[in-house]
Amino acid sequence: MEKLTFERPVIQKINAGLPSKFGISSRMEPITDIEGIPVRRLIEEFGSPVFVFSEATIRKTYKEAWRAFSTRYPRVQFAWSYKTNYLNSICRVFHQEGSWAEVVSGFEYDKAITNGVPGEQIIFNGPDKSRDDLAKAIANGSLIHIDHFDELYEIIDLCGTSVKRPKVAIRVNMDTGIYPQWDRFGFNYENGEAWDALNRIMVSGKMDLLGLHAHIGTYMMQTGSYHIAADKLAALAVGLERKYNHVISYIDMGGGFASKNTLKGAYYPGSDTTPSFDDYAEAITSSLMKSEIKPENLPMLILENGRALIDDAGYLAGTVIANKRLADGRRATIIDAGVNLLFTSFWYEHDLRPAVNVSDQTEDTTIYGPLCMNIDVIRGSIQFPLLKKGDQYVIRRVGAYNNTQWLQFITLRPNVVMIDITGTPHIIRHGETLNTINDLESVPEHLESTDNGTTQRTK
Amino acid sequence: MNIRNNIAISESGFVFDPSTGDSFSLNPVGLEILLLIKQGNTSEQISDLITSRYQVEKSVFERYYFDFTSMLKQYHLLVDNE
Repeated sequence: MEKLTFERPVIQKINAGLPSKFGISSRMEPITDIEGIPVRRLIEEFGSPVFVFSEATIRKTYKEAWRAFSTRYPRVQFAWSYKTNYLNSICRVFHQEGSWAEVVSGFEYDKAITNGVPGEQIIFNGPDKSRDDLAKAIANGSLIHIDHFDELYEIIDLCGTSVKRPKVAIRVNMDTGIYPQWDRFGFNYENGEAWDALNRIMVSGKMDLLGLHAHIGTYMMQTGSYHIAADKLAALAVGLERKYNHVISYIDMGGGFASKNTLKGAYYPGSDTTPSFDDYAEAITSSLMKSEIKPENLPMLILENGRALIDDAGYLAGTVIANKRLADGRRATIIDAGVNLLFTSFWYEHDLRPAVNVSDQTEDTTIYGPLCMNIDVIRGSIQFPLLKKGDQYVIRRVGAYNNTQWLQFITLRPNVVMIDITGTPHIIRHGETLNTINDLESVPEHLESTDNGTTQRTK
Repeated sequence: MNIRNNIAISESGFVFDPSTGDSFSLNPVGLEILLLIKQGNTSEQISDLITSRYQVEKSVFERYYFDFTSMLKQYHLLVDNE
């Protein structure tokens, strides 16, 4: 007789409480495959844990966002936010779809160039642009978004030696009704610093002022803030036209759209509360259309979204290492991916699912990563099915920031795989080896021997 | 080790403790083990019975079994009589 499938025995105390009419199903649907490939096979072939990206989802999400904006506004351009995920294959999918590159360092700038992005389609943001970075960006005709006066004067100085005129915009920060207000990037609107910077650029006569840029925040749930920001940038554009008869080419609204991940402390899941691309598009485009900018001078609208375009396409699949019982009787499950790989677990309640079919039984569980660190918690408390050592799991919506903020801490970073639109998996970043780390190190001659030298000193 | 006499156990895995008013739910394997304990089986006998019926190694089962019984003790459903 064939034996029955074993599920570990569990007893749960029933805590009766007032039922919520907005109650969410406690049933956790497993994710047994990604783009048609069984998770078990992905782990067998590429190891555990493994990041998996769906090219089809990236393209679908991009098209959805593009439709929302391009149907509301005549000239729209997306620029892929490199810092969100700068794996070359990911960037190239966005570039194939039509995205420019938005970079915030010399390293990211060079990555965009090696990905074949023309210099004039690279937007250079960020507070740290070296003199060499700026000179390169000027020579390539890239769009330099000036962050502070020191940078502005550096560019004016470079104009003396450069053949080409720099193409610039200023970054503007402002009160958009959100708290805390982001005021560290660019020049402030309300205190007149932004207008002052624009005057200095225009009076210098040495640069081409092409645009205005704002990056009002990240994971913005209030679309109204974008409306206010667009109003204020439009007012600056109108001011430039009135005073200098200068028409700007573009307004860049930055990024910051929320993904459907759930923030820690949020009452409702992100999938229920995150504004849609249509909501954001309506807030921004309606503001620009009703502004006093003349219709024939409507600037190109640039968006630098990262998180909202890539989060859904990324998965992290792995294996349960162990189960244990905590002092208060709660279950703890240890998985093979921790905060070293999933940096975003510091601010998200990640959607963690079993990769195998499980019963409806769940237990209040803390999910720990494999690091020897108390802070290595993926989920503090989750009603989780009864997975055993060796069972596999999948974490959804991990495409943003994890492959750029991950840490080489204690262990090595794993393979990253992309499943193309035909359903074929490809390694797009190889798992690290001991050599990856050791090759960067050098040992002074006197430390080459592991002998501590005592013998020599006593001689 | 046995289940306290006044604990009510339903066929569907619902457990009620009349002395505290607490109720609990069991998954099917948990229910089966609880009933085997109630019938007076020893840990070795329970291990033999379960591993002959389910796809699980003895060493693996014992880990989960002792974890399960520690929870029964934590909820004051078990009494030691051995």
